[in-house]
Amino acid sequence: MKILVPVKRVVDYNVKVRVNADQTGVDLANVKMSMNPFDEIAIEEAARLKEAGIATEIVAVSIGVTQCQETLRTALALGADRAILVETSNEIQPLGVAKVLKAIVATETPQIVLLGKQAIDDDSNQTGQMLAALLGWSQATFASKVVVTGGEAVVTREIDGGLETLSIKLPAIITTDLRLNTPRYATLPNIMKAKKKQLDVFTPEGLGVDVAPRLTTLKVVEPPKRKGGVMVADVAALVDKLKNEAKVI
Amino acid sequence: MSQYTAPLKDISFVLKHVVGMSDIGKLPGCEEITDDLVDAILSEAGKFSSEVLAPLNRSGDQEGAKIINGNVTTPKGFKDAYWKYVEGGWSGLEAPVEFGGQGLPHLVATPVSEMLGSANMAFKLCPLLTLGAIEALDQHASQELKDKFLPNMTAGKWTGTMNLTEPQAGSDLALVRTKAVPVGDGSYKITGQKIFITYGDHDYTENIIHLVLARVEGAPEGVKGISLFLVPKVLVNADGSLGERNDVKCASIEHKLGIHASPTCVMIYGEDEKRGGAIGYPIGEINRGLEYMFVMMNAARLGVGLEGVSIAERAYQHALVWARERVQGRPTVPVPASLGTAPKSVPIIYHPDIKRMLMTMRAYAEACRAMIYWTAKCLDLADRAEDEHTKRFNQALVDLMIPIVKGYSTEAGIEVTSLGVQIHGGMGFIEETGAAQYYRDSRISAIYEGTTGIQANDLVGRKVGREGGQTALALIAEMQKTVSTLEASPDVNLKAIAKTLARGLEDFKRATEWIAITFKENQGAVNAGAVHYLMLAGTVCGGWIMARSGIAAAEMLAKGEGDRDFLKAKLLTVRFFADHILPFADGYAEAVVNGSSSVLAMEEAYF
Repeated sequence: MKILVPVKRVVDYNVKVRVNADQTGVDLANVKMSMNPFDEIAIEEAARLKEAGIATEIVAVSIGVTQCQETLRTALALGADRAILVETSNEIQPLGVAKVLKAIVATETPQIVLLGKQAIDDDSNQTGQMLAALLGWSQATFASKVVVTGGEAVVTREIDGGLETLSIKLPAIITTDLRLNTPRYATLPNIMKAKKKQLDVFTPEGLGVDVAPRLTTLKVVEPPKRKGGVMVADVAALVDKLKNEAKVI
Repeated sequence: MSQYTAPLKDISFVLKHVVGMSDIGKLPGCEEITDDLVDAILSEAGKFSSEVLAPLNRSGDQEGAKIINGNVTTPKGFKDAYWKYVEGGWSGLEAPVEFGGQGLPHLVATPVSEMLGSANMAFKLCPLLTLGAIEALDQHASQELKDKFLPNMTAGKWTGTMNLTEPQAGSDLALVRTKAVPVGDGSYKITGQKIFITYGDHDYTENIIHLVLARVEGAPEGVKGISLFLVPKVLVNADGSLGERNDVKCASIEHKLGIHASPTCVMIYGEDEKRGGAIGYPIGEINRGLEYMFVMMNAARLGVGLEGVSIAERAYQHALVWARERVQGRPTVPVPASLGTAPKSVPIIYHPDIKRMLMTMRAYAEACRAMIYWTAKCLDLADRAEDEHTKRFNQALVDLMIPIVKGYSTEAGIEVTSLGVQIHGGMGFIEETGAAQYYRDSRISAIYEGTTGIQANDLVGRKVGREGGQTALALIAEMQKTVSTLEASPDVNLKAIAKTLARGLEDFKRATEWIAITFKENQGAVNAGAVHYLMLAGTVCGGWIMARSGIAAAEMLAKGEGDRDFLKAKLLTVRFFADHILPFADGYAEAVVNGSSSVLAMEEAYF
C-alpha cells in the first residue's frame, strides 16, 4: 500500500513572526523555515505504518518554492522513500494545494493521503477536507489513532468534548492531530541517505492545474498590543469597568 | 530552567563565509559534503542537543555520577539520552566508513560537537573519548583488533576511554609505572593503577574499551619505554560474543568542582593476584605508545578547546536572558519609549557596563568558534588534500594552532563563564540561577588534555622555538594581508580594526622573533612567559579571524545579502573585539619579552 504525505514548508515554530513593511504578509526574509509540525506527525505515522508492514511505499509531496526541497529532504530523512516537488513561486491557497494533490493522486494512486490537519502559518485547516471532496474519498480528520486493516482504516478523532471513532473505506484522506504520535529525530545515516533518494520536480502548469488564488489578501496587521493592567480600588470599581469599559458583562 | 538554542546562524556564517566550507567539498572523499547536507546535519544535531541533552544538564550536575557496590551509575536520564544519541547514529559521525561510521570531515563534526558540549558538557565527554579511542585504534592497531572492536565502538554499543594518568605521572608521562607482562600468545597481563579516567566505568553499555599506557618489563626508562594496550572491561570471544569479565575495575570516583555527571574514575588493573593481571592487547609496536597517543592528542586537544566555545556560548545565552529580565537601576543612556518616559529602573541590558560584559562574552565565543573551525579545516586539508605542499603546510599550521586554540579558548571559557556569574550579580553566586554551573564546569577544560602551561611550553618549544618561528612567522605574514583588505575597505569599523590588528601583529611578530632567538640560549626565560605568548597568539589570531568575519559581514551588508540584524551585530562584535580585547596583545608581548628576569631571579626559598 502506498501512502502519500503532503508536507508544507512553514516559518519555524520557534520564530516570532513579524508583519512585513508593506503589510501584505509575514516577513519571510532570513527567517528559519521548517516542516509544518502536523506534517511531521503525518510522516511519522506513515513511517510507523511502513515499519508495521502495512505500507510499502511513502511518497512525500510539497508545493512551493525551490527551497521546499529542504523540507522534502527532511521528510526523506524521516522515512519517506521518494519525494515530489510541485514548484511554483506564486501564492498557493488551500484549494490550489488540493487541486495539485488531486493531480498527484491520479498518477501515484495511493491508498491513503496522510496530512497535517492544518499548517501553523495560516491555520486554514482546509486542504485535507477539500482534497477529499475533489476526489470523492472518505475522510477522517484530527486523527489521534489510526489502525489500518484490510481495506479500511479505523481512525480515532479528536472532537469537541471527546473522541470519535470512525471506520472508513480506503482509499481515504486522514489528517493528523497533535496526539497521534511523537515524531522521531532524523538519524545521521538517514540524513546522509536522504540526499541520494529520488526527488522529482513538476510544475502546476505541467500538471495542468490552475492554482490561481481565489481569495485576495487586503492587509495584514499585527494584533493590538496588550495594554498594561490597572489596580482597581474595590469590587464595585471592577464591576463598573467590566460593564462600561470592557463591556463584557 | 535554562534553555539552549543552537547558534546555527553564527555557525553557518562562519562555515560558509569565513572558513570556506566549499573548499571541503573539493577534497577526495568529501564530494557529498554540500551546503544543504551540512545544514540538515547541523539543524538536526542542534535540535537533538537542545531537546534531549540540554534539559539534563542541570539535573546531572545536581545528582552527579555515583558508585554503588563497585558499579558506577550516571544521573537520571543520561543512559536514555546516550541510547538516543546512539540510535541517531551520531557516534559514527567522524568514525571511519570501513567500520560503519560516516567518515565526515572535522569541519562538519566540529560544530556538531560544539552543540553537544553546549547542551551538556558532562554528557559529551563520553562520546568525545570514544571517538579518540576509535581514532587511535584505526591509525595504529592491527587489522584483527580493529575488526574485533571498532564496529561496536563506532556503533556506540561499546565506549572507549584513555588511561594515561597515574598518581605519580600527571603531566609527566615518563613516570608511568603500570606494568605489562607478555603472556606468550601475543596478549599481555596488565597491572597498575590509573586515575582521572573519564567514564572509566558507567551504566550506558555492556562493555568499555580502555586504552592504557603501560611499561613492558625491561623497556627503556622514560618516554621511550611506554606502550599502548587495549584492555576491554569484558573479554571478547573469537566469535565476537562477550566472555569473562576482565580484571579491571573502578575503585572509586572523584568529587569534583564541576562536570559532576561525568564519572572520573580510579581504575585498578590486575587486582586479583591469582589472575596475574588484566588481559591487554598491544596497539601497534611496543615502546611507541606515547607517540601514538600524541597523534591522537591533536584531535583531543582541539576537542577540549572547543569545550571553551561550548560553555561560553551556553553561559552567554543564560546571561542574556537574565540581563533582559532583571530590572534594576536608572538608565544613563536613551532607552526605548516602550519602557516609559524617564523610567526609574530598566532591564539591566540597557546599562553600558552590562552590555560590555555581554559583548565580551559573545566576542570571545565567536572568535574562538571561528578560530577552531578554521583549525579544523586546516586539519581536514592536512588529512585529505592531494598535493603534498598543501598537506604539509596545513599540518604545520595545525601543529602550531592546537596549543593556541586549546589554551586560549579554554581560558576564554573561564573568563566568559565568570562574566556570566557577574552579570547575575549576587544571584550568580547562588546555584539556583544556574550561572555558577557553567563557571565550575568550564574550569577543568584548561587543565585536562594538558594544562594551559603545558600547552604554552609545547607552543614555545616544539612549535616555535625549535623551528625558529618559521610557521608562526608565515602565519603572521598571511594575517598581514587581512590588514591591507581592512585598510582598503570603505567601512569605518573595518578601517578602525585595521589599526589594532596591525599593532597586534607587530606584537606577535616581535615576541615570536624574540622566542626564536632566546629559546636556544635561555629556555627558562622563554618558559617564564610562555603562557603570555600563548595568550598573545590567541588574542591576535582571534582578532584576525574576527576581522575576516567583519570583512565578510560588511560585504554581505553592502550587497544586501543575508540577515541584516545578524550581520550588523557581527560587525559590531568584531569591532568590539578589536577595541576591547585585541589591545591586550601589547601587554602580553611586553611580558613575554621583558618579564622573565623576576621569575628567574626568585629563588625557591624566598617563597
